[in-house]
Amino acid sequence: MLLIHCPYCDETLPEAEFAYAGEAHIARPADPMATSDEEWRDFLFIRTNAKGPHYERWRHVHGCGRFFNAIRDTVSDRFLMTYKAGEARPALPAKEGAE
Amino acid sequence: MSRYRIPGKGRVDHAAPVRFSFDGRSYTGLRGDTVASALLANGVHLMGRSFKYHRPRGAVTAGSEEPNALIGTSRGKGRFEPNTRATMQELRAGLVAESQNKWPGLGFDLGAVNDLAYPLFSAGFYYKTFMWPRAFWDRVYEPVIRAAAGLGRAPSEPDPDRYASRYLHADLLVVGAGPAGLAAARAAARAGLRVTLVDEHAEMGGALLSDPGVVIEGRPAWDWLAATLDELRALGVRLMCRTTAIGYYHQNMIGLCERVTDHLDSPPENAPRERLWRVRAARVVLAQGAIEKPLVFDGNDRPGVMLAGAAQTYLHRFGVLVGRRAAVVTAHDSAYFAAFDLADAGVRIAVLVDTRDAPPAALLDQARRRGIEVLAGHSVTATTGRLRIRSVRVNRVRDGQVAGGRAIACDCLLMSGGWTPSLHLFSHTKGSLIWDEAAQTYLPGETIEDCHVAGAGKGLWGYGAVLADGDAAGVAAASALGRAAAGAAPAVAHDRTGSGEALRELPSDLAPSLARAFVDFQNDVTAKDIRLAVREGMKSIEHVKRYTTTGMATDQGKLSNINGLMIAADTLGKAPPQVGLTTFRPPYTPTTFGALAGYHRGSHFELTRKTPIDPWAEEHGAVFEPVAQWRRAWYFPRPGEDMEAAVARECLATRASVGIFDASTLGKIEVAGPDAVEFMNRMYTNPWTKLAPGRTRYGLLLGEDGFIRDDGVIGRLADDLFHVTTTTGGAARVLTMMEDYLQTEWPDLRVWLTSTTEHWAVAALNGPNARKVLEPLVEGLDISADAFPHMSVAECRVAGIPARLFRLSFTGELGFEINVPARHGADLWRALMAAGAPFDICPYGTETMHVLRAEKGFIIVGQDTDGTVTPEDAGLGWAIGKAKPDFVGKRSLSRPDMVAPGRKQLVGLLTEEDDVRLEEGAQIVDDPDQPLPMRMVGHVTSSYRSATLGRSIAMALIENGHSRIGEVVHVPMPGRTHRARITGTAFYDPDGARLKL
Repeated sequence: MLLIHCPYCDETLPEAEFAYAGEAHIARPADPMATSDEEWRDFLFIRTNAKGPHYERWRHVHGCGRFFNAIRDTVSDRFLMTYKAGEARPALPAKEGAE
Repeated sequence: MSRYRIPGKGRVDHAAPVRFSFDGRSYTGLRGDTVASALLANGVHLMGRSFKYHRPRGAVTAGSEEPNALIGTSRGKGRFEPNTRATMQELRAGLVAESQNKWPGLGFDLGAVNDLAYPLFSAGFYYKTFMWPRAFWDRVYEPVIRAAAGLGRAPSEPDPDRYASRYLHADLLVVGAGPAGLAAARAAARAGLRVTLVDEHAEMGGALLSDPGVVIEGRPAWDWLAATLDELRALGVRLMCRTTAIGYYHQNMIGLCERVTDHLDSPPENAPRERLWRVRAARVVLAQGAIEKPLVFDGNDRPGVMLAGAAQTYLHRFGVLVGRRAAVVTAHDSAYFAAFDLADAGVRIAVLVDTRDAPPAALLDQARRRGIEVLAGHSVTATTGRLRIRSVRVNRVRDGQVAGGRAIACDCLLMSGGWTPSLHLFSHTKGSLIWDEAAQTYLPGETIEDCHVAGAGKGLWGYGAVLADGDAAGVAAASALGRAAAGAAPAVAHDRTGSGEALRELPSDLAPSLARAFVDFQNDVTAKDIRLAVREGMKSIEHVKRYTTTGMATDQGKLSNINGLMIAADTLGKAPPQVGLTTFRPPYTPTTFGALAGYHRGSHFELTRKTPIDPWAEEHGAVFEPVAQWRRAWYFPRPGEDMEAAVARECLATRASVGIFDASTLGKIEVAGPDAVEFMNRMYTNPWTKLAPGRTRYGLLLGEDGFIRDDGVIGRLADDLFHVTTTTGGAARVLTMMEDYLQTEWPDLRVWLTSTTEHWAVAALNGPNARKVLEPLVEGLDISADAFPHMSVAECRVAGIPARLFRLSFTGELGFEINVPARHGADLWRALMAAGAPFDICPYGTETMHVLRAEKGFIIVGQDTDGTVTPEDAGLGWAIGKAKPDFVGKRSLSRPDMVAPGRKQLVGLLTEEDDVRLEEGAQIVDDPDQPLPMRMVGHVTSSYRSATLGRSIAMALIENGHSRIGEVVHVPMPGRTHRARITGTAFYDPDGARLKL
């Protein structure tokens, strides 16, 4: 079972308190009706499917209830970092996987 | 005392005899025995029959890797366990054990004819032999194969035992309490770490229990062991015996299964049988040791053939001689020590066959001193004996040429093909395994977990090396946690070091096609099978495993994997690492479902939510059905009524006078704040700006993909406050979706969301007399038709209870839903029942609710929709606020596929025969005479018998259904195909006149 750090509670807690919520940094277009069919399709369905570091959303559903973002390595299943919703997409931590 | 027990020897209690039975015969063992050691002490080697060929088998090991000695154990009704390893099950008074996979008896088993047909049962024989005729597979081949092959029988009764679950946090978890694990735990505990040390056996010590002659830190091994355990206890180390580390999960979580009562004569009444521990450890030391490999030669599976290390364990730990006249065959030095110990205990060593040409001179010296004949550069090519080995055939091998054999009599044959580091848990971490060319085995590489492997698991051999390595691992764990630790590698005298060679099959002068040289004892896989599988195209070890079944079943190839790999690699002409290694997965050893389920059984498996009105319903004979996690009253049968009769009566009574329904389970969310109306406009399809406080509206919620997600009536209580209702099953989903948008897309909106589902109890009154029942109970509100029209909401008091009163209808009748604080729900219900008595008020359940709504064509989200249905498909286009610039899902409604012709649309269906009720889910076709497979144009979503209409009604999703009203379609069902006419969905009172009372 993973341990996940909630950036709002500032605590590292068992995975069972959290729910996965899909890829992060896919903003809903400000005016959806102005998007082309292709742009809207991409927003709805096209995802990175990363092998390695993946920016994704989690919710501390059985805790504070807040959505937040995380970078998780899909190969090792390690969380590299978590950060609050609305914060800019951070660069990858420099020493990924290092202790 | 039995013939094979040495008085006073071993760690068993010679003053405490324990009686047990095996296959109906009574035996006596000693306290501290396993079933296997007790049977061996009684001279019993035959403990089971093999999986495929029903060959007689005995214990090969003395541990959890045992492939053969699988027994059924029982402690009364419901307490039968199959496939228990006799080598692990401790003896307890009155234990009832039985052998498996034999009929009529273990000594004479008719299934053994399979063994005579050995040439038929080659690798992949299932795929080759039972090809034709196809229909025979289900009815003949599979049942016969399943009956004849297999392991233990499954228990047939519920397990009455209890199983516990615990969490544990530790600085260091050490898995395995052999010399390496003990040294690691000691070093870490001395440095101040909180340490837990676990071992799967009944007592700690590991290999030390089988090697009492070794001297550590100046003390004999067993004295050192006792002193070390005392010190660990004094340092506060948690010591857990009979505890198997079953899996290594992410971020150093290790699952432990502790056997609490299986070894006790009479378990305490309240003790759990097993306890599952979830341990989160900052560091982990894996000191699981190594598993001895069998050698592969014809007849290597007869009872009496066992691993040399196992014989040494039976001697020292249990004081049991596995035979009187032992032959030994080895490719590793370690078997010499087993032979020496047995010889010193009085066993005649008939011969010691070493596959190597030049064994170490020191060992040869010691053998000579004991008068043991060592045949170096020899092979074993056959054994004889039916239920027990009688002789072994030994051949000289020179330059690859196998000379003629000679038979040597023996009553047991001890073999050693070297040792395989036990890296199962390390592999669970996705740790890499590196092939070591010198040792011809896999050794641990890198892992991302905070984990150390120590001792024989790292390929080290000899107590000095292993103790030093364990000590170093403990120091490393302490250092990693910032604790200074001084190493104290224990000095060892009389150490037993050694090395060996890795082999494939032993060389033989006999025809390989007839050799029963077993690689996997449990699955009856021979070397020939593996070579055949490779020749037939299985190039990877994973393919070989699936084709031959080697490495499957309860032992998961603990003994066989490396031998199988070596033979497969040899056949392929590749190096073993190029052929690969099958993946180790949890659990390490078979684990009961009870331990994994823990407390989550019976009513604790899934919670049952009950409304405040539930006790009344139960008292009044309701039949319940589960809906989401709620239990809801389904219908209220009167004496003699079946479901259909009860539902018909409830429907008619509601339409004729008044019915009452517990609607408390509906999801409820309060949307509050200055931007509440903007939020509602963005979430729901409908326009909310002009909805006045005191008014309600049917709300439709889409996903961003444009498909219907949920619906419900929503009341505006004030400019900044909405009372949203959702479907019963959708409550949590809808709140999550709202929170998601509010938190991440529109954090600027000043809106607060609160789940109020369980705050309110809700009684729904429906029927022409609903107002007459309710009106006398209402204070502070005029609920006359003009003052409180359809789709109104207001706060008032009902029966003296503060209430939110909705006028709405899910039945097509005049309807009210009375929300009161949950604690008053039962009082409200009783007051309404009393007030309704003059009108023969009729309580109804969910089935009647479904029928009444279907008569009106109201949809149930999730029944009439399935995640691919748009508002237009469902005939709900009117619920879309077309003037709104945006709402969730709006953009998707104009995607090309959403407006293309051919979409499935919700329509009504009336069968041509009134009394035929279509099956929900039944497929619909246009032409019932078309060839198979037919083209299906839709399916039935809802179907009921309508007492009101005196016929069946149904709803269906049909391609282009809205433009096919009046057409006839066909519904194939079991037995026959029915004709049905497509209609609109409002079957009853389509103009809504009955709402206007």
